[in-house]
Amino acid sequence: MSLTHRNAAELGALMAAGEVSAVEVAQAHLDRVAEVDSRVHAFLHVAAESALEQARAVDARRAAGEKLGPLAGVPIAHKDVFTTRDMPTTAGSKILEGYRPPYDATVTTRLREAGLVILGKTNLDEFAMGSSTENSAYGPTRNPWDLDRVPGGSSGGSSAAVASYQAPLSTGTDTGGSIRQPAAVTGIVGMKPTYGGSSRYGLIAFASSLDTPGPFARTVLDAALLHEAFSGHDVMDTTSIHAEVPPVVEAARQADVAGLRVGVVREFGGEGYQPGVTARFQEAVELLESLGAKVTEVSCPSFTYALPAYYLIAPSECSSNLARFDGMRYGLRVADDGTRSAEEVMALTRAAGFGAEVKRRIMLGTYALSSGYYDAYYGSAQKVRTLIARDFEAAFHQVDVLISPTTPTTAFPIGERADDPMAMYLADLCTIPANLAGNAAISVPCGRADEDGLPVGLQIMAPVLGDDRCYRVGAAVEKAFEDRWGGPLLKEAPSL
Amino acid sequence: MSAITRDEVAHLARLSRLALADDELEHYATQLDDIIGAVARVAEVATDDIPPSSHALPLTNVYRPDEVRPGLTPEQALAAAPAVEDGRFRVPRILGEEA
Repeated sequence: MSLTHRNAAELGALMAAGEVSAVEVAQAHLDRVAEVDSRVHAFLHVAAESALEQARAVDARRAAGEKLGPLAGVPIAHKDVFTTRDMPTTAGSKILEGYRPPYDATVTTRLREAGLVILGKTNLDEFAMGSSTENSAYGPTRNPWDLDRVPGGSSGGSSAAVASYQAPLSTGTDTGGSIRQPAAVTGIVGMKPTYGGSSRYGLIAFASSLDTPGPFARTVLDAALLHEAFSGHDVMDTTSIHAEVPPVVEAARQADVAGLRVGVVREFGGEGYQPGVTARFQEAVELLESLGAKVTEVSCPSFTYALPAYYLIAPSECSSNLARFDGMRYGLRVADDGTRSAEEVMALTRAAGFGAEVKRRIMLGTYALSSGYYDAYYGSAQKVRTLIARDFEAAFHQVDVLISPTTPTTAFPIGERADDPMAMYLADLCTIPANLAGNAAISVPCGRADEDGLPVGLQIMAPVLGDDRCYRVGAAVEKAFEDRWGGPLLKEAPSL
Repeated sequence: MSAITRDEVAHLARLSRLALADDELEHYATQLDDIIGAVARVAEVATDDIPPSSHALPLTNVYRPDEVRPGLTPEQALAAAPAVEDGRFRVPRILGEEA
């Protein structure tokens, strides 16, 4: 098997055993990027020289007898919303074209400390706002299963990179589903950790009360290894949780659901769900029962209000966060010809630098927060947030995890929803509740829809700091499905 | 709730510091109206007895020890600035605007 088709745990073991060097592994992946990324467009920036340099450093440390972590020398694709000192950081926006941050995000620092080899920065919807990666100012990323379809979003470059074997691992951020939804529609694993479990320091802010860094991988165990590598308390992030990282790697190895209580969310299914998604989800339910889980239906009535609440809360926070892009301290500045005031330059710079979806959300948030509308919109949305947290709390008295389809449909064609914001927003229908309440949630592959042959994701939601349950159930489902399919789902994807 | 008018979008654009063209105002008015129409239903369940949540975690006043630690040098802080003069950010005129 070629090195690019090995998973991260295998690559780590091969390097630890001295069977292959980190430089060989990095070069194999850089060759793969050169071969396929002109068609996929997962990367905004490929850092070939620095990747090889990092790989040489890992090989040197190993040669010197240093004991290295399980992911030392493993290549990774890094979402271009995390700051990186030695690479451009654009957040998919023209307003940050060419920007070189003066510091590393905590997630970046921890990747480096774990010896992970950063191949480059991946494409995303501008400022992580979107569900298709079509909102990138640098052009869309394509789904490796069908190059005319979206890879999900906002972390679509990261999902596509892993699904097209350009990297075994990648980072993402999940504000309303931006890790789980792209993972689902590209047939890979994507995890949103508990809010505050992974640091936001150096993550370019979209909606600060929701933004959560998390891992993408082709296996549940690989996702857990990466999760463990970059998570944990960070003094630089005041909303970082002061608690041990849940035992995610152990849980991924345990992969056992016997006696576990699993709740099917009644509100997520039926009308509006693609038949193939419903069928694969039903199979996953039956699979869990066959593995000894006790499956019941659970009602979370407020979940049907999660989407509208999110599209008030997230734009409100974004309208405030994105005020920092004023063309004064970094980034784009236009029309500063000596005749215009600072305010005029700001307004012209922001109009030139932001794309349509970002402008739409800034104005939507400004509206929801404005005097006279605040109580009806932002205030009501915050109350819905309380109701959703209460629904989760009640549900987790009855069951250990909740499950649903990750997305109502499979990957849609590029362009189909581009100018229809409400249709685009529906992609996040099932993923948003976990963001509003801060819960842990994962998406794992559960087969392909009959009507289009495209991947479907199973979402597993656990309580706050119950991240290990997502991995435990995810790994059990993965193992049982792979036994049935004769290998991972991704093996069925067309070769690029 | 009343529909979002073109004038309201112009007001929002001004508050948001976005210099939008006339045809954009029209386009955004339609789209924002659609979105706000769809999200307004949060008010159906948001009764007076429910406390609002601004955040998922019950954290308040998070402090760290007040220790001196290295920060950015002036050169680093200014490195990405669109315009610099005498070790400072150079900005367009800020006085003489409407109050």
